[in-house]
Amino acid sequence: MTTAADVLRRSPVTPNRRHIPVFVTLGLLLLTFSIGSVRYENFGTPQVFLDLFIDNAFLIVVAIGMTFVILTGGIDLSVGSVVALSGMLCAIGTSKLQLPAPLVILFVLLVGTGFGAAMGYMITAFQVQPFITTLAGMFLARGVCLTLSENQISIENGFFDAVALNSLRLPGGNRLSWGAVTALIAVAVAIYVLQWTRLGRNVYAVGGSEQSAMLMGLPAGRTKIQVYAISGFCSALGGVLFALYTLSGDPTHAVGMELDAIAAVVIGGTVLTGGSGYLIGSVLGVLVLGVIKTILSFDGTLSSWWTRIAIGVLLFGFIALQRLIGARRKSRRSAPS
Amino acid sequence: MAAPVLEMEGISKGFPGVQALQDVSFRLFPGEVHGLMGENGAGKSTLIKVLTGVHTADAGLVTIDDVDTLIRGPLHAQRLGISTVYQEVNLCPNLSVAENIFIGREPRRFGRIDWKQINRRATELLARLGLDLDVTAQLGSCSLAVQQLIAIVRAVDLKAKVLILDEPTSSLDRGEVARLFSVMRRLKADGVAILFVSHFLEQIYEICDRVTVLRNGGLVGEYPIGELSRLDLVAKMTGQELTALEELDEASPDVVKGERLLALEGVGRTGAIDPVDLDLHAGEVVGFAGLLGSGRSELARLIFGADSADTGVIRTGGGPVALKGPRAAIDQGIAFCPEDRKGDGLIMDLTVEENIILALQVSRGWLKPLSQRKREELVGSYIKALRIHPPHPYALVKNLSGGNQQKVLLARWLITRPKLLILDEPTRGIDIGAKTEIQKLVVSLAGDGMGVVFISAELEEVLRISHKIEVLRDRRLVAELDNDGTLTPEHILQTIANGAADS
Amino acid sequence: MNRADAPSRHLGILKHSLFWPVTVLIVMLLANVIFTRDFLAIRIEQGHLYGSLIDILLFGAPLILVALGMTMVIATGGVDLSVGATVAISGALACDLIAKGHGLPVAIGAAIGASLLLGLWNGLLVTRLGIQPIIATLILMVAGRGIAQLITGGQIITINNQGYKLIGGGYWLGLPFAIILVAVALVVTVVLTRRTALGLLIESVGGNAQASRLAGIRSSGLIVLAYVFCGLCAGVAGLMISSNTLSADGNNAGLWIELDAILAVVLGGTALTGGRFSLAGTVLGALIIQTLDTTIYTAGIPPRTTLVFSAAVVTIVCLLQSPAFRARFTRKRPERPADPVSTGPKQEVTA
Repeated sequence: MTTAADVLRRSPVTPNRRHIPVFVTLGLLLLTFSIGSVRYENFGTPQVFLDLFIDNAFLIVVAIGMTFVILTGGIDLSVGSVVALSGMLCAIGTSKLQLPAPLVILFVLLVGTGFGAAMGYMITAFQVQPFITTLAGMFLARGVCLTLSENQISIENGFFDAVALNSLRLPGGNRLSWGAVTALIAVAVAIYVLQWTRLGRNVYAVGGSEQSAMLMGLPAGRTKIQVYAISGFCSALGGVLFALYTLSGDPTHAVGMELDAIAAVVIGGTVLTGGSGYLIGSVLGVLVLGVIKTILSFDGTLSSWWTRIAIGVLLFGFIALQRLIGARRKSRRSAPS
Repeated sequence: MAAPVLEMEGISKGFPGVQALQDVSFRLFPGEVHGLMGENGAGKSTLIKVLTGVHTADAGLVTIDDVDTLIRGPLHAQRLGISTVYQEVNLCPNLSVAENIFIGREPRRFGRIDWKQINRRATELLARLGLDLDVTAQLGSCSLAVQQLIAIVRAVDLKAKVLILDEPTSSLDRGEVARLFSVMRRLKADGVAILFVSHFLEQIYEICDRVTVLRNGGLVGEYPIGELSRLDLVAKMTGQELTALEELDEASPDVVKGERLLALEGVGRTGAIDPVDLDLHAGEVVGFAGLLGSGRSELARLIFGADSADTGVIRTGGGPVALKGPRAAIDQGIAFCPEDRKGDGLIMDLTVEENIILALQVSRGWLKPLSQRKREELVGSYIKALRIHPPHPYALVKNLSGGNQQKVLLARWLITRPKLLILDEPTRGIDIGAKTEIQKLVVSLAGDGMGVVFISAELEEVLRISHKIEVLRDRRLVAELDNDGTLTPEHILQTIANGAADS
Repeated sequence: MNRADAPSRHLGILKHSLFWPVTVLIVMLLANVIFTRDFLAIRIEQGHLYGSLIDILLFGAPLILVALGMTMVIATGGVDLSVGATVAISGALACDLIAKGHGLPVAIGAAIGASLLLGLWNGLLVTRLGIQPIIATLILMVAGRGIAQLITGGQIITINNQGYKLIGGGYWLGLPFAIILVAVALVVTVVLTRRTALGLLIESVGGNAQASRLAGIRSSGLIVLAYVFCGLCAGVAGLMISSNTLSADGNNAGLWIELDAILAVVLGGTALTGGRFSLAGTVLGALIIQTLDTTIYTAGIPPRTTLVFSAAVVTIVCLLQSPAFRARFTRKRPERPADPVSTGPKQEVTA
């Protein structure tokens, strides 16, 4: 089993300018967490930090898929709807149809993957823009949710209960939910795939220049279908985790989650034009968003809309930073030749 | 002679409105360098794309090693032993040098990519070409010429039986070309069949064993290079007795220097070109000669305000002017046809008419649109004068051949009646017929009193039409030579080689 | 397929790109006649025009308006994701000021002013900082709704002002005022872009920004103008929406209208990559979206399944517009058989 740390230590690329955004995100995470710790009692504890993973496990998983898609230069607007659809399917399958939970989960993951692959196919084979294709996917998945049921369905299933109510006990009396553990495993696998497999490198190549990738003999079309399938899979897995977290399926769950996922990926330093960025950055991006929400919940006086404004400000900061780095690199490059 | 490694027979390929290839046959033997010659639009690119699987032929047979083969795509072509290096570097700028060489066939250990081995082997491969590079650096940080060589290294290491080099030399300087040729000779000795496309006749004669000539999508013939004189080759490519070149020589420039249009005093830009003093006069063609990266394009961009100068003053007849951006330069009567037609020049999705009137419309301001009648009249006359083909104003520019696109770009500026016209590589990558037409046009424009700056990598061309030649080297203006009829390309080369020593 | 037929190209392409949107719209309208006999009828009651077609125009008015602005932005090669947020902010600001006792001119002026500023902000991010439009406007899309809620204090503000009601729900000269407003906006936009050279310059910037600069176009001014115009359209649409219900809901007003607007533009045949744009196409696209909503309603399909149908229509229209898709089904697929054999049968399928 290769852990994330293990992979990072033997990272194929030596630290350089491209890593700056990730370090800035890490710094920001530490900074916001310290601010929280200083301002609020009981904030600066290991458990609060672990709670970031527990409360955002689904978003971490969704952000993984989004990172793959954005690295190829695409975008996936359907993730929030697919999360909701997956939750609905979990709830209906286990609680209405009384099917065994592992079977239901397997089915949900297959549906999600197939859904993503279908969108990828439409984008690749018919050259419909990703924005539009995944928008249609977003409508479709949300529409199916609402068609299945207009109301929340709670999950009453032994397996789900058992997984949701138990957690991994860590030294020092801390705990980590199995959902969070799943998310961390997904992160490790994804980092491995991106850095150490041909699929991962093809993702970067396609994002750098699709035309070149194709002429170099790389399967550009297949890679694009794969990333949308991965994103579909991650959304479905995120949906399962969300269902575990809330023990219910609801057609209005995860509205706007695509924005959170995109924001996390951007804050994590991945460039939206594709080809540049690291998965670990997206995870840090999710954690930064998580810290902000935690701070707001610790501070009873701040209204919820400040979260959105804060995310907007952060987005602006990071995008401006990327521009700064990008502009410097460009000016360096254009000097010779 | 051994059996051909590759044989194409009766290949036809049509696109909507164009028959790009018509019943073309082509043979390639192991251990030969085979030149593929033809004007733009002759079907060279289409033939190569059929060979690399980008396009599928409508009819015809492809035989590789005596086996009928349907090439399904670039990847399949590579598997069949056909590798291609294109004129535009088709690598991924965001990946490392080493990864660009190995991506798609990375060595793996225990199922995962072995980065150590990739970096080690990449270093070795580049060292064999005499390149000492940090292979972990991003490709985008390398110069274009180095990127080109990396693309060749990638292709060579693919264990190719057939190596297609599609105008690989157009962005290389002489040293790099020599290095490329030595690599090609070694590959040839190893039995690789090389298909070489280049617009430089000297290079064809230097490296090729045989040539195949295409014209208008049809096959003209296949010839051993030794049995074909340059004039014959050009005649076969253009399909006409080529007297145009000699004609132009006779119409050799009379120096009718007019008023001074621009004076550059110490104009420079850090990292682009050292401060330059230069006078440009009406009725005078000034050639910029120098190798790639010598600063010739950079200087042109400064004069047009495309980049802003850090130092120096530019004066017109009326005193110093600040050329803050192209618009200011246009207002001063300066026009600029950039080197990269597609990226910097034309708007591919717009029509010929829209592209031609663009600059004129811009200087009129958006509130004063040209009337339909006026547009038709203006555009029609330039299409006719420059013989733009197809002669239709509503054709999309992207559907035109390179030479005709260049003419559209020229028309855009001529229509604004500039006092000074800057042409950066106006004849690069276009066919000989169009090339001669453009050279003639430049001479006649200067005759009418326009100042022209003419930039070209081909010294013969610069010599033929310029009154004065500015020689650049290493981002410096090293000499100014009067073209009094005694200058030869060797003179200029020597000046470039010796630097500022004599002038 | 006579794409190479150069002489008819100019007109031919226009016809071509609008052919499918028009067909889809007509099919949907005719489908409605099956459910509702007098669907296409327009009647006059108390001097006002009524009828399903009028309703479609009325309910579709904000979308058409936003989509007009979006067309200009997309033509420059950008996209504006923040229009929904601008709609919410504009409505919230106007209602808040009216509720606090300010007059109509102040309220409307402030709302329009704010919208222009938001457009300017987007435009400056894109031109000055050189941020990719989709990201630059994402900032305001995320933060904007927070700002709208900040203005409304997280509540739904309701007001009672008949003058304000005119904008989105009133009649003028027998026609809903909103429709007149949209018609004026459309005419102004068409005149501005097609009767002057503005359209050409915008298409040129969207087609190739670098080349446009070297042709002397100062593109930043044009781009900023497009975003400001888009902000203005969104702001007016925000007034319409809040005026229609005489309330401002920071959270839900104009929710997802940016997606509908982008969709309308794309359905109308303007490519998201910028360059060529078609205002008529955009209006058609917006009408398709609105007619779809109405059709689902009149057909008695539960409204909650609307989204499924939206998805289907989007997919169908986009596929019909995709050259790759059309090529696959109109021709007999001469190229690239699905699983070809590497040796053996040759490629003279069409010979």
